Order: sequence, then C-alpha cells, then structure tokens
Amino acid sequence: MSKQYETVIGLEVHVELATKTKIFCGCSTAFGAEPNTQTCPVCTGMPGSLPVLNKQVLEYAIAVGLATNCDITRYAKFDRKNYFYPDNPQNYQISQLYLPICRNGGVEIETAEGGIKTVGIHEIHMEEDAGKLIHDEWEDCSLVDYNRSGVPLIEIVSEPDMRSAEEVIAYLEKLRLVIQYLGASDCKLQEGSMRADVNLSVREVGAETFGTRTEMKNLNSFKAITRAIEGERERQIDLIESGESVVQETRRWDDAKGESYAMRSKEDAQDYRYFPDPDLTPISVSEEMLAEIRAKQPEFRTEKRKRYKEEFDIPDYDIEIITGEKPLADLFEATVAFGSQPKKVSNWLMGETLRLMKEREVDASDLCFSPENLAKLIALTESRAINSSVAKEVFEVMFEKDIDPEKYVEEKGLKTVNDEGALKKVVEEVIAANPQSVEDYRNGKEKAIGFLVGQTMKAMKGKADPGAVNRMLKELL
Amino acid sequence: MNITDMTAVQLSAAIRAGETTAVEAAEAVLAKIEEEDKKYNCYVTVDREGALAQAKKVQAQIEAGELTGPLAGVPVALKDNLCTEGLLTTCSSKILHNFVPTYTAEAVKNLVRAGAVILGKTNMDEFAMGSTTETSAYGPTKNPRNTDHVPGGSSGGSAAAVAAGECVYAIGSDTGGSIRQPASYCGVVGMKPTYGTVSRYGLIAYGSSLDQIGPLAKDVTDCATVLEALASHDRKDSTSIARDDTNFTAALTEDVKGLRIGIPNDYLGEGLDDEVKEAVLQAAKVLEEKGAVVERFDLSLVEYAIPAYYTIAAAEASSNLERFDGIKYGYRTEEYAGLHNMYKKSRSEGFGEEVKRRIMLGSFVLSSGYYDAYYLKALKVKALIKKAFDEAFAKYDIILGPVAPTTAPKLGESLADPIRMYLGDIYTIAVNLAGLPGISVPCGQDSKGLPVGLQLIGDCFQEKKLIRAAYSYEQEVCRHE
Repeated sequence: MSKQYETVIGLEVHVELATKTKIFCGCSTAFGAEPNTQTCPVCTGMPGSLPVLNKQVLEYAIAVGLATNCDITRYAKFDRKNYFYPDNPQNYQISQLYLPICRNGGVEIETAEGGIKTVGIHEIHMEEDAGKLIHDEWEDCSLVDYNRSGVPLIEIVSEPDMRSAEEVIAYLEKLRLVIQYLGASDCKLQEGSMRADVNLSVREVGAETFGTRTEMKNLNSFKAITRAIEGERERQIDLIESGESVVQETRRWDDAKGESYAMRSKEDAQDYRYFPDPDLTPISVSEEMLAEIRAKQPEFRTEKRKRYKEEFDIPDYDIEIITGEKPLADLFEATVAFGSQPKKVSNWLMGETLRLMKEREVDASDLCFSPENLAKLIALTESRAINSSVAKEVFEVMFEKDIDPEKYVEEKGLKTVNDEGALKKVVEEVIAANPQSVEDYRNGKEKAIGFLVGQTMKAMKGKADPGAVNRMLKELL
Repeated sequence: MNITDMTAVQLSAAIRAGETTAVEAAEAVLAKIEEEDKKYNCYVTVDREGALAQAKKVQAQIEAGELTGPLAGVPVALKDNLCTEGLLTTCSSKILHNFVPTYTAEAVKNLVRAGAVILGKTNMDEFAMGSTTETSAYGPTKNPRNTDHVPGGSSGGSAAAVAAGECVYAIGSDTGGSIRQPASYCGVVGMKPTYGTVSRYGLIAYGSSLDQIGPLAKDVTDCATVLEALASHDRKDSTSIARDDTNFTAALTEDVKGLRIGIPNDYLGEGLDDEVKEAVLQAAKVLEEKGAVVERFDLSLVEYAIPAYYTIAAAEASSNLERFDGIKYGYRTEEYAGLHNMYKKSRSEGFGEEVKRRIMLGSFVLSSGYYDAYYLKALKVKALIKKAFDEAFAKYDIILGPVAPTTAPKLGESLADPIRMYLGDIYTIAVNLAGLPGISVPCGQDSKGLPVGLQLIGDCFQEKKLIRAAYSYEQEVCRHE
C-alpha cells in the first residue's frame, strides 16, 4: 500500500428511552413479557386507532439535546416513514424527518493523542420502535410480537467527524454516559437499548471530498464495532487499490465470521414517502418547558470528576471507574452520605463489587445492594466487629440479595470473638497441636506463623480478628 | 303513531311518556329495514339481536330514570367505518370483509352513553372514497326518493337509511362532503362540525386531516341534538379540541335578524344546474325576508380546492391504508409465494378500483422528487383557502351556497368519469380543507322530484350560527307547507 488513507466515520445511534409507557399509547415498555401482552389498538395498528405523544419522551429527547449542545427545535413535527414489513403494524413508522426535535449539537471526546475533539451532532429525532418477528422454522411460519412496537427511541445522527475506531468508541462512551446520567436510558449495547450503525468511507489523506460510504448494521458490542470498522476500512481500501469502486450500500456485520455482507444497495433503496403525520399535532416547545428541563439537568461526568477530586480523597483511577457508571457513582455518593469514609467505600466498589460484577456478569444498573447496607458493612469492619474475610463473605450475600449485614452477622453468629481469654485458650491449643510449625518459627521461619494464624482462625470458625491472633501468637511464642 | 316517521326528539319523548318503548321502536325500525332494505341496500350489517338487547336495557334505564336525554331509546344507524366492538366493520371493502373490531369508536360510545340503540352498519363508498356509494364492495345503495338514482356518498347508506325511515337518525363521516352531499341528494339534514369537535378515535381514517364525524337526521333539531351528543374532548385523539360551547341545541331559535350572509359568486358559476341555483337563491331570499342581510361576494381560489383536496386526501389515504396488508386482520389472498407476493395479491384483490386509484395517486404525490411539487404545494393552497375564508368571515357570519352542482345523478353515470365525479365536490371540499363547519338542509326539489340541498358554512366553532339559520329556514318552510 503506497498511498495513505484516512477513514471517515459518522454514526447513527438509536437509544431506547427508559419511559414506563410507550411513545404513543399507555402500554408498558417492560422487557420480557409474554408475546403480545403489552399491546393495545394503537401499538398493533388497529384501524381507527390514533397516536398521542408521551410527554416524557419529548422531555428526555430535549434533555439529551441540551446535554449534547443541540439547538432545540421550538416547532417540531412527527413524520410518517412508509414501508411494508410485518413487524411494523401500520406499515409506516412515526419518526421525524423535516423538523427533528434537536439539531446542530456536538460533544467533546478525548483523542488517542490526549487532545480534545468535537464530534458534531447533526440531529436527534424521536421515533417508535417496531415489533419483533419470530421465525418458527419447525412450523415453517413467522410470528409477530408487538410488545416492543411503540417503545420510544431517539436516533442521534452524528456528523462524519470521526477518523478511527477509538474515536467512535470514545464518542459512544460519551453519549452512553450523558444519557445514563440523565436517566433517559440504560444504554446497553448487548441488550439493544443502544444500537449504533456505522457510516464509513475512506479517502486519501489530504483529499477534500468524501469517498463513497457504506452503512454497517448489527453491531452489538464495542468490540464488534471496532472489528467492523477495521474490516470495512480494509475492504474499501482493497477495492480502491485494485481499481474497483466502493458501492453505496447497507451491509450487515457478522461478528462470528469477522466479515460483512451487502444487505441492499442504494439502487434498491426504498422511497419512504415521508410526510407530516396528520394524526399528531405539531410540538411547540415553550420557554417554560425548556427552562424546566434545563433546571432538572443532572451533574454530568465531567463536573462529577472535578467535584470528587476536590471533595473526596480517593485516587484518580477510582474516580474514573466510579464516575464511568452512573449507578456506581450514585452508590458511592449515597454510601458516603451514610457516614462511611469515601476511601473505604471506593475500596469496596473498586474491589469486591467490580470483581463480582465481572464474575457474575452483572451490570452496574442491576446492582441490588443498598448504600445503607454497604455503609453498615463498612461500619462493622471499621469497628472490628467482623474481620475482612467475614466481611467479604457477608458482602457476597448482599450482592445477591440486599440483606441487612448487621442482622445477618448477628443471626449467623459471625461476630469476631473479642474475648481475650477464649482466644488465648484456642491459641494455646493450636501451639500444642503444631509443634513442627512452632519450631520452624522459632528457627526463624517467619512464614510459619501464617500457618498458625490460619489454624487458629479455622478453630475459631473465622470469627477472630486475624491481627489480634497474630499478636497473641507472637506473644505466646 | 308511526314510529318510522318520527324524529329522534319526538320518539324519545314518546318513549319517556310511556306511549311506546325502546323495544317497540327498535322492532318497528327493524321491521322497516326487513321490508324495504332489499330495495335500497342501505345496510352492510343489521344487528337485530344486538339492537333488541340494547333496547331492552335502555328501556329499563329510562324507566329507572337513569336515562332522560333526547336520544335515549332511539335507534341509530352507523356508517360502516366506525369501529364497533364485536360488530363487523368493513368500510364497505372486501379487504375488511371479516374485520370485527376489539373496541368501539369514541363518538359511538358517546351515543351509547346517551341511550342510543345501534341498528347496524350502513353502506358507503369503499373507505369513504367516492361520491355515490357505488364503490362499495357490497353493491350500491339506491336513493329512496328515486331508486334509479344514487344516494350520494360516501355516507350514502346513512343518508338513504334516514330518508327511507330505516333508522331514526344516522352517523356519517365527512372528508370532502361525504355527509352534506348525500344528505342533499336524499333530502335530509346533514352536518359536518368544525375539525376537532368530534373524536376521530375509532373512525377508520381516509384523510386524517380532513375527516370529521357528524349526524344525518330528519330535521335540524335532531341534527343539533345528535351533534351535541357526539361532541367531546378526547385525549386519545391529539386533534380533538376542548370546547365548552357544544350545547348546540341552545341555538334552535328562529332568529336571523341582522345575520350577515354572503353568497360567493364562485358558488353560482359555470357547472351549476339552473334548478339547483334557483332553489338555493330562493332559500337565501327566505332568510333575507326573515331579517338576514344577504350579499354576493367573491370568495376566490375555489377552483384550486379540488386539486388540493385530491392531493392531500389521497396522500394521507395512501399511508392510512397501508395497514391493510393481510397480516393482522382482514382479507388475505389464498395462494402466495413469499411475503411480498402476499402483500401484493392481498391488496390487489382486497381493494376496489377507486381505492387503488387514490392509493396510487397519493403514493405518487408523496414520492421523492414530487413531494414539493404536489404535496407541499397542495398544503400551501390549503393555507390560502383558509385565509380566503378568514377574510370572508370578517364580513359575514355565514356563507351560503349549494351543496352540489346537481341533484343526484343516475346510478352508473359517475364512475365512468371519475374526474367529473371529483368536480362534483367543488362546493363541499373547501370546507374540509379549512376545517370549517357546514350544514346541508333540504331546500326543495328539481323538476324530476329529486331533492336539492342548501349549504350553510360557518367560521370555525360557529356551528350555532349555522343551526340557528338552518332552523329558522326550516321552520319558515314548514309553515308554508
């Protein structure tokens, strides 16, 4: 490859909003219900039914727009996007084309070189999700589940401002955090509450015009996105180098195979015949409404990081991790508010919490233990009422089910025995039962004491303070 | 006492007075349907059992003093594009030949709350597309005044049922004149209220921005009474308007003194039948003699209403009718190869010619490259027409004119020349484009004995002025007869 190429990337990101009810009817948006149990005439496209906008959807969309520095469209409209598919019960999707709710925004991301770069946001629009088709190969038929039909989405369309997979990931992380901090969505790529389509083209470094772009779909993780971007960049460069040209088309990424294939080309692109939906009145966003939403905007990550640095004596690394997930930050602050020392709280989050989350594949948003109980657990260890291994044991139980650690420790009799006489008795027994280790220690093998501590702890069923055991052993030996 | 000749207000009074019962009333009207409907084909579905059961229930409520209103126990016919839970609703289309809704339209619920007894569903032009009720998949309805002629459309079954005494009053929908024009052809009173006055929830849409539900009745009193029951603010319909002036019966007073009435020259020009013109001007004279101030003026832009209307209505219809695909309900073709073929065959076989014509027209005007030239331009025309009416209503309380250029044409004459049929809507469609209320009141007949309709148009929310003028005219004419 003699020439130098630049990758040009723009993203279309769909985010499922965390409203309780659907965008145009009162049906529940809860995930996982029996097929077609969360439906009504509106979201199943029954004749004569009419949509009514869920105000919460508008508020979330505006909040995301404000947080990403967009202009809020004061007179917005919904349009119908017409296409036939069985998961789309009306055979048109209610979306926004002509007057989307937010336009001309942008977010700052950090580049690999440590600089700051702005990724422009062309627009954000509101729309409804489609139902789900289930192909029953056994029965050779297709079934439709309309539970997801009408779940609210926003689509965030970026400008073609990204130049690498790293920048794409940084941009997506930024969006995810902003939206998560707003409470507008949990933004889970794997579960589809955040979906990204990648528009990518390549051009020679220094070229002024863009190359022909392709759109890549079915990207379900950051890893898949990275691989797909690298794969597509190479594919396009290979085409150009071999004298062929890139075809404007939509491609589907197969992450298992590590390659993509063409879904449809621009030539068979449908004419969606967009026009304003006559069933929905235009949206006018008042000054009062904007002010109200502005006043409710939360503290975002950048400000939070700054505040943590000033307020709490915890390492920068901890701040990065904790503020990187809104639920962790909330947990941290709430536990500190219950009187725990920030560093201790941070240790529990950075250590056991992250370890168990990884081990058990639990998302931060699904953590169940309460800050109050974490604070209690920390207090129990601080007062040496339980030792650290008991604390970890209790925490594992808390992680599964939000139990009250004080009660649990009481009920299970896990409190450290602080009775010097009782401890001394057990230590003496251990010394008597392990003459070899005693001799090793006396001969200078410092490590031997570890074994004796372990034996004592075992005899005490873990309910001793290992420090105290250590001290007593040394004393008696 | 002949129940089938009575108005709703008269009949409900008789039921309340114990002179008859809701059950007797339903039976009398059902017997009339049994006897006459073979001649006219007003109904797609007659719900005999449902009507009798409802009549019995309503009678008990009347006797218990729970229902005291002027529609309690009165049998009504519903246009077959209004959803009725558990009762076949076809839009007179093959594509909905087996469609039984899971819910009832809000406007119908309002009637049921007032004690209405639903007789069944009336024939119409397929999906309300047509001006003669001849595009119905279930055969044309015939005009009870002369069965060689059409009843008008699209609410032709409703208008004919009222005229034939096959119901006491009926409900229709009006997108471009579909209540007023058949009312005019059949010699009954029909009214399209201001857009947003009656909930569209449960009305199977044709042109969503133009559709309004309204009454067809034997006289102006019933018309106002029924409209009062139909109107409500419905949160399920975003275009529904909260109004506190829907006590329309309060306007049933004989007083037009000082009322300013404008007659657009545009409504009396080329294409208007001489006999219709004469009847309408005679009606204007009656109102003038009763104290109204009548003037001619130029409304302008009327000739642009037809292309604008057929562009907007067809565009909306092409999208509204996409849901009829054979997947979820309605007609599905028997044999097909794959999804696309199933869509194509189900829709080709399920829709009639006129519906297909408008779907194609609508799809064309919305397609990329034509959207600006057709659809957007039509919206601009719509806005200009509204402006022209605004200027007219700065000078006049009411605009007066004919409903249609001619009386009812003969069966079979119209469909052969759709453009001519579309031109027949010239006096009614501008009202829908501007969202205005309009009423059609019988004003005599032509030399063939076919009824002529007088149209009164008001500014938005001025139904009461229309009712007052229509009532005054009707009372005056009654005295002369």
